Amino acid sequence: MSQIPSQLVEQLPAVQLLLTLLAAPICSMFRNGDLSWRIATVASWASVACAFALLHQVWGGGSISYEMGGWPPPWGIEVVIDELTAIVLLLVTLFGALVMTALRKSLSSIMRHQRQSLYYTTFLLCMASLIGITITGDAFNVLVFLEISSLATYTLIARGRDRRALTAAFRYLIMGTIGATFILIAIGFMYMLTGTLNMADLSERLPEHYDNKVLHASFAFFTIGIALKVAMFPLHYWLPNAYTYSPKATTAFLAATATKVSLYVMIRFIFDVYGVEFAFGQMQLGTLLVPLSIAGILVASLTAVFQDDAKRLLAWSSVAQLGYMALGMALLNANGLTSAVTHMFNHAMMKAGLFLALATMIYRTQSSSLAALSGIGRTMPWTTGAFAILGIGLIGVPFTAGFVSKWYLVSGALDKDWLPVAILLIISSLMAIAYIGKMLDVMYFKPAPAEFADIKEGPKSMLIPCWIFALLTIYFGIDTRLTAGLAGRVASNLLGAS
Amino acid sequence: MTDILLYASFLVPLTGGLLLLTQKDSENTRDVISIITATILFLIILSFYPTVLAGNTPSVTLAEPIKGLGIVFTVEPLGLLFATVASGLWILTTIYAVGYMRGANESNQTRFFLCFAISIAAAIGIAFAGNLLTLFMFYEMLTLATYPLVTHKGNEAARQGGRVYLGILMFTSIGFLLFAILWTYSLTGTVEFKPGGILRGHASPTVALILLTLFAFGTGKAALMPFHRWLPSAMVAPTPVSALLHAVAVVKAGVFTVLKITVYVFGIDFIAETGAGTIILWVAAFTLTAASIIALTKDNLKARLAYSTVGQLSYVIVGAMLANAAGIIGGAMQIAMHAMGKITLFFCAGAIYVATKKTEISQLDGLGHRMPFTFAAFFVGSLSIIGLPPMGGAWSKWFLLIGSADAEQWILLGLLLLSSLLNVVYLLSIVGRAFFLPLPTDSATPLPAENIQEAPLNCVVPLCLTATGCVVLFLFGDALYDFLLPILPKTEP
Repeated sequence: MSQIPSQLVEQLPAVQLLLTLLAAPICSMFRNGDLSWRIATVASWASVACAFALLHQVWGGGSISYEMGGWPPPWGIEVVIDELTAIVLLLVTLFGALVMTALRKSLSSIMRHQRQSLYYTTFLLCMASLIGITITGDAFNVLVFLEISSLATYTLIARGRDRRALTAAFRYLIMGTIGATFILIAIGFMYMLTGTLNMADLSERLPEHYDNKVLHASFAFFTIGIALKVAMFPLHYWLPNAYTYSPKATTAFLAATATKVSLYVMIRFIFDVYGVEFAFGQMQLGTLLVPLSIAGILVASLTAVFQDDAKRLLAWSSVAQLGYMALGMALLNANGLTSAVTHMFNHAMMKAGLFLALATMIYRTQSSSLAALSGIGRTMPWTTGAFAILGIGLIGVPFTAGFVSKWYLVSGALDKDWLPVAILLIISSLMAIAYIGKMLDVMYFKPAPAEFADIKEGPKSMLIPCWIFALLTIYFGIDTRLTAGLAGRVASNLLGAS
Repeated sequence: MTDILLYASFLVPLTGGLLLLTQKDSENTRDVISIITATILFLIILSFYPTVLAGNTPSVTLAEPIKGLGIVFTVEPLGLLFATVASGLWILTTIYAVGYMRGANESNQTRFFLCFAISIAAAIGIAFAGNLLTLFMFYEMLTLATYPLVTHKGNEAARQGGRVYLGILMFTSIGFLLFAILWTYSLTGTVEFKPGGILRGHASPTVALILLTLFAFGTGKAALMPFHRWLPSAMVAPTPVSALLHAVAVVKAGVFTVLKITVYVFGIDFIAETGAGTIILWVAAFTLTAASIIALTKDNLKARLAYSTVGQLSYVIVGAMLANAAGIIGGAMQIAMHAMGKITLFFCAGAIYVATKKTEISQLDGLGHRMPFTFAAFFVGSLSIIGLPPMGGAWSKWFLLIGSADAEQWILLGLLLLSSLLNVVYLLSIVGRAFFLPLPTDSATPLPAENIQEAPLNCVVPLCLTATGCVVLFLFGDALYDFLLPILPKTEP
């Protein structure tokens, strides 16, 4: 009897991937939206449990290697899970599951019943592919899953009720395809040089080719390609529209996971596959990344201040926040990297919560323009309360998760004696006060427009996930063993590998 | 045992505040809970005195959000003094607020008392903060918790005031204070409050000068010009809020922060050696003179009191920046003395409003005979603010003057004396008007003068008590001096 659980534990990495991957086609077979939703929700929460179990196994610095189908690497596909993987897995599954739970109500108002099951299918596929990207130890596999996730994302965005969702999806399709092609070229070049696609293998064999022009080209292609996927300034062009016009709660999922997983791929490849010395020493990635990310932070924050649509405002804020993570990575010291990984998790949590709270409001008002949301603090106090907590977290006020990541980031900049950078970061925080304050001011103090004067509080199924996000934001501002503690170990691992 | 009490000092007001939510419908139970919570908190704070007088500084760590940097509570004399002032006056303010809020028929009273309790919890957190990070966290919590109190009325003026309030306090704290904290951290590798300071040997005189300037301006709650605008704006709040928060908790949290940073982060010897306080010393000197002059021009009673507060706060900053024994002691005493005096004045302003609906000084002619207790208390409070014996305020002004003489800052000494004179003019003219001018006979005033009486009892009793407190503090000046002595470096006499 006791062997069954232990065998199950050994197979966990595969279970993690298969749960959502198999639930997707099952969902598509039903024409009943509610039933599909139930299956999808159960599958996604089960994968949260899996992610927790995996995190538990690697907690403290462990690592699991799993051979898919019993083929040993480098012939077969290897699944590698260490602490960084586990935290990203948790991010994708937990926040995905929370959004999934809230999704049913949000969808039922905009989509016919039969279509819904297909939507859940796409959602699950997207989640499964993001999980795949995260856990795989095979470079080509990353690309495959990246493509699946992109295709699923295009579909999700295009389902927006606004006609502009189609152009937004198309724009993302073009940019995403260019990005994926570049990554394909980069991986192809690496394969050409080394004859292997396994990431651990690659990292061993690449150093002898450090002076090879082909590897330089491969690195350049990879950086541009993944920067497109991450929506790193100035390659963020697709993101604001995609977030603004995608349907309701979907934005919450995309904002939380898609760009974060791409960022994870970036960290993985730059630090583990190419190697820190090559990327930052020989190829001078820092000189490119630092100014661009700072420019991105400032430009995007400033743009956010002048938006009249809450969704678009939050989308621009995402571009700025991704700049924080990129900067943290480019600082190349323990505090900076800790901040990047911590903020990856924290930002995913806060942004998903914000978009979800917004979706709850839109569920009642049918519009995300600030004019329609005025005075909503009185009609929907609970939703707005959660929104306010999450917004305050995004600013980086103490006792919230955002404070922790910002503290590490500014410390990282000061460790390098980059005083101007630290000052610019502080200025960007002030801009965050401006744009969050602008929304809260409208929501709490402007009189509500007549047609929304007596709307009711949002449905419980949406409200509860919102509050879970809000409470988590406070929790991770106080107890940071899971976020910053883990991130600190990850950071010293990544830097120590050089 | 002390550990539990330390946790309790922070949790009691929070729990009490949450309990209020369950009693939304019965006003009396709710208000009784408020008063009981305040009393328990005060007793807890008092229970620390034996330990601290024995020379101990008990400490607990609540959590550790950033590696090596915990949320730490430490009780030391300076913080305990501030905590005593805040929690003691909370009891009186609660009694007073019950009368005021009912008398003035304010809405949303439960939210009001809840935010009040959270603000006190934050003030206690600031008082007992064991490091800069903890201090900063509770500092921000205080800003956010008081915001709903400032905008309580919910009208356009309240919103406008609230916006200025939040804007300036958030801007300075994140823009300067947080930055200065991070800078200190990266210089020294710690943010702990240590007797004698942590910066010595880590910062050059120039860096120290910049840092201290950042710290002082970053503490927007200390209302140094040009970041003082929030304080007059916050006067749109109901008077009990102005009384407790903007004469005691919030502004005192500001100057307390500056004082604590001077003593425990820089160390006064370090400041004296490097001259790091020069810029802020003169900014504060300018502020206290300019604010007194502006106060003269204000006809609105609360606005005049607000500018008076701006000026009086700078006394504390001056004391801190002088960086000698008398200056620090004087500054620390000023926290308690000014709190007691200013809360009396605000209580009086509120009592006048409740009884007569009058807010302008020019309308107060002849009211002294109608409301004798209120105006007598106002007189006592004024004397204490000015710094005349036999009121507590005399001691703090005395030590500050000695401090500036010790530092041979003769111009500063002159400015302090000039400001005291200005205080006499702008405060005592109000009392004079009330007692010596005849009651107006025209009917333009809101209420017929004949019907004016003292405000309700739970407004008048607290203000008489605080006025008595001003006298009592004078008698205990010596004890306070001995109590505060341990915060100075050992080498000083």
